[in-house]
Amino acid sequence: MNAADFPILSVMLAVPMLAAIACLFVRAEMARIIALTATLFNLLLGVWLWISYNPAGAQWQFTESASLFGPIGWKLGIDGISLTLIMLSVFLMPICIGASWRSITSRVGEYMAAFLLMETLMIGVFAAQDLMLFYIFFEAGLIPMYLIIGIWGGAERIYASYKFFLYTLLGSLMMLIAMLWMIQFAGTADIPTLLNTDFPVDVQKWLWLAFFASFAVKMPMWPVHTWLPDAHVQAPTAGSVILAGVLLKMGGYGFLRFSIPMFPEASADFIPLVFGLSMVAVVYTSLVALVQNDMKKLIAYSSVAHMAIVTVGLFTFNQQGIEGAIIVMLSHGLVSGALFLCVGVIYDRLHTREISRYGGLSINMPKYALLFMLFTMASVGLPGTSGFVGEFLALAGAYKVSTWATLIATTGIILGAGYMLYLYRRIAFGAQINADAAAMPDMDGREMWLLAPIAAAVIWMGVYPETFLAPIRRDVATIVARIERAAPAGDSKLNAKDPTTAKYRVGGHGSEKAAEGSQH
Amino acid sequence: MTSIHIIVFLPLLAALVAGLGQRFIGALAAKTITTAGLFTAALLSWPIFIGFLSGTETPYVAPVMQWVQSGDLTFDWELRVDSLTAVMLVVITTVSALVHLYSWGYMEEDPDQPRFFAYLSLFTFAMLMLVTANNLVQMFFGWEGVGLASYLLIGFWYKKPSANAAAIKAFVVNRVGDLGFMLGIFGVFWLFGTVSIPEILAAAPEKVGSSIGFLGYRVDTMSLLCVLLFIGAMGKSAQLGLHTWLPDAMEGPTPVSALIHAATMVTAGVFMVCRLSPLFETSQFALNMIMIVGATTAIFAATVGLVQNDIKRVIAYSTCSQLGYMFFAAGAGAYSAAMFHLFTHAFFKALLFLGAGSVIHAMHHEQDMRYYGGLRKHIPLTFWAMMAGTLAITGVGIVGIGGFAGFHSKDAIIEAAYASTSTYHMYGFAVGVIAALLTSFYSWRLMFLTFFGKPRWIESEHIQHSVHKTPETATDSTGGYHPHESPWTMLVPLGVLAVGAVLAGYVFKYDFIYAEEGGTEFWAASTLYFNTHLIHAMHEVPLWVKLASTVAMMTGLVTAYLMYQRSDDAPQRLSAMFAPIYRFFLNKWYFDELYNLIFIRPAFWFGRLFWKQGDVGIIDRFGPNGSAAVVAFGSRMAVRMQSGYLYSYALVMLLGLVAAVSWMMVQA
Repeated sequence: MNAADFPILSVMLAVPMLAAIACLFVRAEMARIIALTATLFNLLLGVWLWISYNPAGAQWQFTESASLFGPIGWKLGIDGISLTLIMLSVFLMPICIGASWRSITSRVGEYMAAFLLMETLMIGVFAAQDLMLFYIFFEAGLIPMYLIIGIWGGAERIYASYKFFLYTLLGSLMMLIAMLWMIQFAGTADIPTLLNTDFPVDVQKWLWLAFFASFAVKMPMWPVHTWLPDAHVQAPTAGSVILAGVLLKMGGYGFLRFSIPMFPEASADFIPLVFGLSMVAVVYTSLVALVQNDMKKLIAYSSVAHMAIVTVGLFTFNQQGIEGAIIVMLSHGLVSGALFLCVGVIYDRLHTREISRYGGLSINMPKYALLFMLFTMASVGLPGTSGFVGEFLALAGAYKVSTWATLIATTGIILGAGYMLYLYRRIAFGAQINADAAAMPDMDGREMWLLAPIAAAVIWMGVYPETFLAPIRRDVATIVARIERAAPAGDSKLNAKDPTTAKYRVGGHGSEKAAEGSQH
Repeated sequence: MTSIHIIVFLPLLAALVAGLGQRFIGALAAKTITTAGLFTAALLSWPIFIGFLSGTETPYVAPVMQWVQSGDLTFDWELRVDSLTAVMLVVITTVSALVHLYSWGYMEEDPDQPRFFAYLSLFTFAMLMLVTANNLVQMFFGWEGVGLASYLLIGFWYKKPSANAAAIKAFVVNRVGDLGFMLGIFGVFWLFGTVSIPEILAAAPEKVGSSIGFLGYRVDTMSLLCVLLFIGAMGKSAQLGLHTWLPDAMEGPTPVSALIHAATMVTAGVFMVCRLSPLFETSQFALNMIMIVGATTAIFAATVGLVQNDIKRVIAYSTCSQLGYMFFAAGAGAYSAAMFHLFTHAFFKALLFLGAGSVIHAMHHEQDMRYYGGLRKHIPLTFWAMMAGTLAITGVGIVGIGGFAGFHSKDAIIEAAYASTSTYHMYGFAVGVIAALLTSFYSWRLMFLTFFGKPRWIESEHIQHSVHKTPETATDSTGGYHPHESPWTMLVPLGVLAVGAVLAGYVFKYDFIYAEEGGTEFWAASTLYFNTHLIHAMHEVPLWVKLASTVAMMTGLVTAYLMYQRSDDAPQRLSAMFAPIYRFFLNKWYFDELYNLIFIRPAFWFGRLFWKQGDVGIIDRFGPNGSAAVVAFGSRMAVRMQSGYLYSYALVMLLGLVAAVSWMMVQA
């Protein structure tokens, strides 16, 4: 059967939904099997979707349309950007189920149902083509996450889930008001139509700010980031994986799908705000990460710093910056997800996130040390891993807009190396100071099966990123073309013959030397 | 598939097999596979180098596969082979192969050998990717790859806290340089719209005379780009300011020091400047900076090397100093002289490190030269190898006839500095001569302290530990210890490198630094800018210039001899007399203390401040916790208002009505 006439997106939404309902009525063991089967099946559907997607075809593919109640329409469809993020979601989902296989022992059915519901909502966010439908998926995503943290979380889970909910909800209400206004103005909630609607420049500013209130929290950007460390620390391992892996990408997706193409002038006007907050975030949260004693908090703060690179890249208004930002999102989804899994592996053994309770794990857990090193290096942005490609492109794009922002954001590569290697040293290197940590067994087969696929994807994306760049190329170009009219000039303006800097350059024989040199 | 593919990817394959498959194939197989892989790569590299020397090879770029294409930014995996690459190929693969072999002996008792050999091969792969890069991003890939391998190898003995600290320091300090490199690449892409090296070099001269905005300032375009790229080179090549990681890197096993921190990785910065030399030629400002930084590093590191007691640290500072020489040669415009010194230095410095390793091996891991002495008779082969290395580094030779490797390459640099027309060339020349004196002094000091005089082994805790004696119970100053010569696996590399240290200068000087005799033709097959005017001027400097470095070398030798052979307490008296200077040198000009004070401690302090005061104290207090408090307060008030008394509801209604009416009136 051809994917084009098959409602594959609806099926991908339905499979986890039905499995979630089934999970509520079966025993623990059965719920695990149902959840794993459903997520793996969805991964297969995702692969089929990816193969069937034609990068050169129509902008919106696999479209479906049916009217629902009132103004809300069941409109689905994806472009390349949605495709890559859906792939990320369906790829991480079975891994999350596997990570919860043994560590979750109470209310397993409900837990699996929450995760499966989460998967439906995530795919829905990336596939929705109706503004209100998007809003429902976007906001409903809060609920299962809220439950996962609040029920299966750590000791202070209530505070963390409350903070998570409060922050994300406040921003969302403003976005809802803005959306209602937009539907009123354009007469439709159809996203592809809205993407080609020119909103009045003076209103754009307010709409942009309303969306910003929601996306900045989801991102999260400094200073509305403090819900993230608490949420991560309290969430179960799989909750952290999906939170860092996919939920944080919704903010970036929102900027890219709505704020930037729909309000180009406002986006250009607010570049100083976005860059300013991002620059603060890179330095501030990196330094905070440096002094953490809790592994999960450290990685959570590093996420904020990485997401700041995404926001810088998105608002560059050029191909490299935006493509880079998308690759950083994908890479961060894999790498921080993997790092949280790495934390989970040793947390399951010792039940503490305190860094100083570990040490010398290279001796008794060599396989673990190797994979943890790989993900550490990917997080640091070593070329050859996924982290580099995205960061490099995003910052190369940023240079065209602002050298200051590029300089400050690039200091992230120094600070990132500092806190990640410091973490790695305290966990994996040194002498075995804690007897219980020294007695921990190395990773078992299940844990290898969780981390090895991510490791492969991280290297694949680092060595041959074309697989991930090809589907988004045309769609990013479309956005860049649409916002070109508002694109900023940048601060590197070239002045072809400038006498004021003459004293720094080569003298008479020098230029002749230079000409000679170029002949080689 | 050509031989260059095999040269580059065989080490990677060997590293993966040895590293990931060690549990299945065992240690012996892992060592054999990696070592055999490297010897194969070396055997394939020499024909390419000889081909370029004889003029039968021509430059080419071998494609591998696509990497990144984003808008107008494209870069692929590809292998560039030209004469500059060929020089680096033979240096890297030869030294690496010998170091692999040497490690069979040196690391024999280590339980973790497959991992060590895998890291060595991985390093070699990354270094080969660096030198074969045809675009700046692949160069950066190799650049960071060698940084990773260096990090892993410095921290190889990961149970040692000092090794872990040194590993992190090396990585992070290098990243400071990388910040410059990355900004340089961004700037190059912005300006030229490409990161392909040949395209950049071809387009650079057109941009001379332009200015560019940077951080709100207006600066000379080419100067900005060159300076940013050079900052990257400073980090990797441990130049003054970003040098602090190199001495600490000696925490790694000695073969690592020889391969990475002497012969290959640290020269990557010099290679980069030479590879991009037509670009650097467009900015006198950048060349001046390279000249000053290089020369200052040469003298700085030499002064610190004078007073160190750890044998590896002396050689490490010596490396730092020699890299300074290479840079100021480049700053003077004599890129071929820089490459020549890089080439000869790789042999004699690897030799000195491996020789030092052999001494350390013989002395039961003691590295402090104060506890050596009289080793000449006990480990004669090591002694002669070290002697060859010392003769090479100090540049022993006779003007007009010939000498050891360093005589040809270092003297060429000093002559180039004199002959150059660059603004600060006399600074380079003066520093070059003085640093040559210091080089000679610390090198011979090392030789005298280690191999001559009476044994002072009994003072060493390592030796005491091995013979179970304390100074009180010992019968003589040897402590009853008998050093043994190293096994053949260690001596063969010493022998091969000693041949290089003796002959590399004399044999290859024509192709590196003589114009008509081969240099012009050799370097034309690369991107290196070969300045024939300067080369001619170099060979026609006055005789006193040529003699200056020989005189400096002799002075250093004689002083070292007098202080460490003829006198019992000259060093002590001298250090007491100039105590402040001695302490300044001994403490490495207090760079570590300074950086700790202005970077490390504030970073942690600000981290805690932002966390405790910023996140918890301000954002959370007035954000979520504050809003929670407001909600709680509001609900308390609401509860109080719902009192049940009719008059209070009426009052609220009235107030509401008044407010509504007044709002409507204002609107109207």
